[in-house]
Amino acid sequence: MPAPVITATDLTKKYKDFAAVDGISFEVAPGESFGLLGPNGAGKSTTMRMVGAVSTRTSGGLSILGLDPNDHGPEIRSQLGVVPQADNLDQELRVRDNLIVYGRYFGIPRAVISKKADELLEFAQLSDRAKAKVDDLSGGMKRRLTIARALVNDPRILLLDEPTTGLDPQARHILWDRLFRLKEQGTTLVLTTHYMDEAEQLCDRLVVVDKGTIMAEGSPASLIRDHSSREVLEVRFGSDRNAIVAEQIKNAGDRVEVLPDRILIYSPNGEAELTRLTDAGLEPITSLVRRSSLEDVFLRLTGRTLIE
Amino acid sequence: MTLSAQTTATDYADRALAGGVKPRRWGSWYIAEHRFRGMRAYYQTILATSIGNPLVYLFALGVGLAALVPQGIPNGEGTISYLAFVAPALLATAAVTVAAEESTYPYMMGFKWNPIFYAMNAAPLSGNQIANGMIISIVGRILPTTAIYFVVMVLFGAVPSALGVLGILTATLTGLAISVIISMYTAGIEEDKGQMAMIMRFGITPMFLFSGTFFPLASLPWFLQWIGWISPLWHGTELGRVLSYGYPEPAWLTAVHVVYLLALSALGWILTQRVITRRLNK
Repeated sequence: MPAPVITATDLTKKYKDFAAVDGISFEVAPGESFGLLGPNGAGKSTTMRMVGAVSTRTSGGLSILGLDPNDHGPEIRSQLGVVPQADNLDQELRVRDNLIVYGRYFGIPRAVISKKADELLEFAQLSDRAKAKVDDLSGGMKRRLTIARALVNDPRILLLDEPTTGLDPQARHILWDRLFRLKEQGTTLVLTTHYMDEAEQLCDRLVVVDKGTIMAEGSPASLIRDHSSREVLEVRFGSDRNAIVAEQIKNAGDRVEVLPDRILIYSPNGEAELTRLTDAGLEPITSLVRRSSLEDVFLRLTGRTLIE
Repeated sequence: MTLSAQTTATDYADRALAGGVKPRRWGSWYIAEHRFRGMRAYYQTILATSIGNPLVYLFALGVGLAALVPQGIPNGEGTISYLAFVAPALLATAAVTVAAEESTYPYMMGFKWNPIFYAMNAAPLSGNQIANGMIISIVGRILPTTAIYFVVMVLFGAVPSALGVLGILTATLTGLAISVIISMYTAGIEEDKGQMAMIMRFGITPMFLFSGTFFPLASLPWFLQWIGWISPLWHGTELGRVLSYGYPEPAWLTAVHVVYLLALSALGWILTQRVITRRLNK
């Protein structure tokens, strides 16, 4: 197995008494696509900033590309591409100039970055917007430009913090497609998300993070296999009856979760569960049988939903 | 297997170590370069104000107000024209005005409104380099302003001595001192509650009025003269007068002006670096 590009051991970040990241350990292999899944405030962004070598850890070990960020911040950052949660493109500069200026930060000669900027605009499908003002771009275009900017230095590792939050579905799919291409080219991706579909699309392996600690680790499929059933039956009986019915069916399937608006019944066979309910005279207002997702894993592990 | 794994790991580290060399050495200049590129978007405004300001001020004060002071200002044994007296003060003031503008909102921008400082820091650039780059670009903005101002002063016949040309540098140094003193404060502002308007209203404007700009500091009541002594603008103005028309003051006092401005610049520069570095590392 090749040496990991990121190794975190008992990584901790405290702000006064509050531990934003509380002793997490993980490794990322080269070319791997690794995700941190968790709700807002779980410590994902703080972890990303430490991995990005801009935030000093309070304790624990951290090695990026074999170097310690405490000693070699600039060296490590010269090999990273960073896509932050909030776009921080320079709005005073035009689209192409944003790439040029950023490339210069890495010491890339002007002639080289000029050519590279055109390639990246092509990749980000923004060639026709090269001279546009950043402000005039749509949200999805800004994100793509930010990703293009993160690629100016041909990074070994691309860090993406909530890459598609706030984008419409079409823009998200375009972005996923671009990220998938990078993954195919062998770029190591590390991303945080609170969208299960995003994690399932992009991550080979992920950790579920909550309150600064890792709750579980594995591929999306193995996490679902280990922490949930194959299928889920969702039934609604109306907000006043949900709790009453839940009490009657608490032994249904493998496990039952009661949410404010619906009841989830975990089972290898959702249809069979539904038949059993209706046979018992419990007719739900609506019902849905679906496959288990990472959302269910998260609910199981933390007792809470991802998006609250 | 182990061997190849080790080789790969070393390769990564080597590549990273090589990638850090240029940014570590030149990072401050990359940031200045970025800032100058941004200024290109509004260079016409910069140029117009750089030429328009000295014209307006020298005409209004050096020619207009000067008509009320036909006997001039006492200067050692003799007198000096009001125009020659006020011109070095206006030159230093022009530097201070640009310094104040460039040291307030650009920091609020960089951290908050358009947080490009975080983008710079995510690249291999450090907080210290961001501070340096900002300061270099601010000096780079002050220097041409004072140079143009000086040319207009010469055209007005306001510079009796050839040494006066050094006033471009002393005025720029004054601007630098003011700039870093303001920066170390503005770089730490988390939320704009009008602090920057306060700096202008209760910092820059009174300083402009009480730094021996329009009248010698000695004409102020003694209990107000301390404002001049702590004001970088007064020190810069007096230096400009010494150079421009040989204003007679003891050599030690001239030395105090230079040392004071250099000391403030150094102190403010270091503190600005610290504030930015600390704020980025959250």
